[in-house]
Amino acid sequence: MIADFEYFAPKTVEKALSLVSQYKEEAKIIAGGQSMLIIMKQGLLTPEYLIDIKGIAALDYIKYDEGKGLRIGALTIHRAIEKSPVIQKHFGVLSETERNLATTQTRNWGTIGGNLCHGDPAGDPAPVLIALKAKLKLASLGRERTIEVEEFSKDYLEVALEPDEMLIEIQVPIPPPHTGAAYEKLMVMKGDMGIVGAAVSITLSPGNGVCKDARIALSNCASIPLRAKEAEQVLVGKTINDSLLTKAGQIASTEVDPPADVHGSAEYRREMVKVFVKRVTRIALERAKAA
Amino acid sequence: MKGEPRELKLTVNGKPYELKVKPNTLLVDILRKNLKLTGTKIGCLDSACGACTVNIDGKAVRSCSVLALQVNNREVITIEGVADGDKLHPIQEAMVEHGAIECGFCTPGMVMSARALLDENPSPTREEVREAIQGNLCADEGYVKYIEAIEMAAERMRGGK
Repeated sequence: MIADFEYFAPKTVEKALSLVSQYKEEAKIIAGGQSMLIIMKQGLLTPEYLIDIKGIAALDYIKYDEGKGLRIGALTIHRAIEKSPVIQKHFGVLSETERNLATTQTRNWGTIGGNLCHGDPAGDPAPVLIALKAKLKLASLGRERTIEVEEFSKDYLEVALEPDEMLIEIQVPIPPPHTGAAYEKLMVMKGDMGIVGAAVSITLSPGNGVCKDARIALSNCASIPLRAKEAEQVLVGKTINDSLLTKAGQIASTEVDPPADVHGSAEYRREMVKVFVKRVTRIALERAKAA
Repeated sequence: MKGEPRELKLTVNGKPYELKVKPNTLLVDILRKNLKLTGTKIGCLDSACGACTVNIDGKAVRSCSVLALQVNNREVITIEGVADGDKLHPIQEAMVEHGAIECGFCTPGMVMSARALLDENPSPTREEVREAIQGNLCADEGYVKYIEAIEMAAERMRGGK
């Protein structure tokens, strides 16, 4: 049912990088494979070489530093991020996101790096990381570079990895003071893929409570996780009130190009963007006020 | 070479095995076909139903969604390894007593999800129990009895009666 491939299970990053540099486009990297095995079973992905990096223990870590922020190894499983006390304390929105990302079984094996590299615009971590201004560390043999999460997705299931590169680390900066963030998605069942989702980060000016910065990123509303930049501008420089929240939702719904499928028409998704941008921005705002 | 069988060493239900498997083989297939452990069920084979849930290194994972070679050097527990000889595990016992069974097809997966939960968290809230089996579909909608049975088992395992 899954087409044959040649299998490698490198135990170090260097070995994995030398394999991807050798086989390039003919190879695919598998981590937890919770998304990838599904499309391999469907015959949509038939790599000649499969490089299984799940066993590279060096990429399974969560590190927090008050200066450098949060660093998550690409092979950290979703469940570990959800349960991490340091993430719960300093980046609660990430823990909340992971909790609804999929079923417990999937979160027990699937990795954050695999999720990001799969490049599904319905994925949950990417929009949240975009709202949090996170970066990704990518490596190829003898070379490293960092890229904004916002620049990483290119199209449906396509990301900015070169054929000889792999994702190493997710880097989340410490948010400025008076910042609140939230993510919610519309689900048929808890843990389902989102029909639409909104991640919002709001930073307030101390004292007067004016919105200093706003970042809104949407899932499953376009071919990539989409930043609603015009909706953000509705909020920046203003004291956010209910009518501004409604307006931000309306503007966001004009920025999206949502898919239509069995879970909802494009029109329905646009309506839900209005609802979710308003709802999630309100939560982020309350959190920013309390921060 | 493409498709060439590879060595796989793993422990299943406490017993060590050394197998040769093709790289495209799923964990559920070696459990059911090579080891004849057919208690692990195949429902959807598509990461949707949870009937094939096993415990890998103590965590509930779907065996249809993991390549067999990915569990190299790991420890797998299936439904056959849950009871202690003839003595049922408290989760199984509670499910039998409470009638949390329905047609039985989803039951092994439910037990494996519950086992991983109670090993990690002996005093789960109802919400945590629900979350632990959220990925286990029961076509008969027998969820409430399952949830109650898991709570009963948790209480017994904590030493209460």
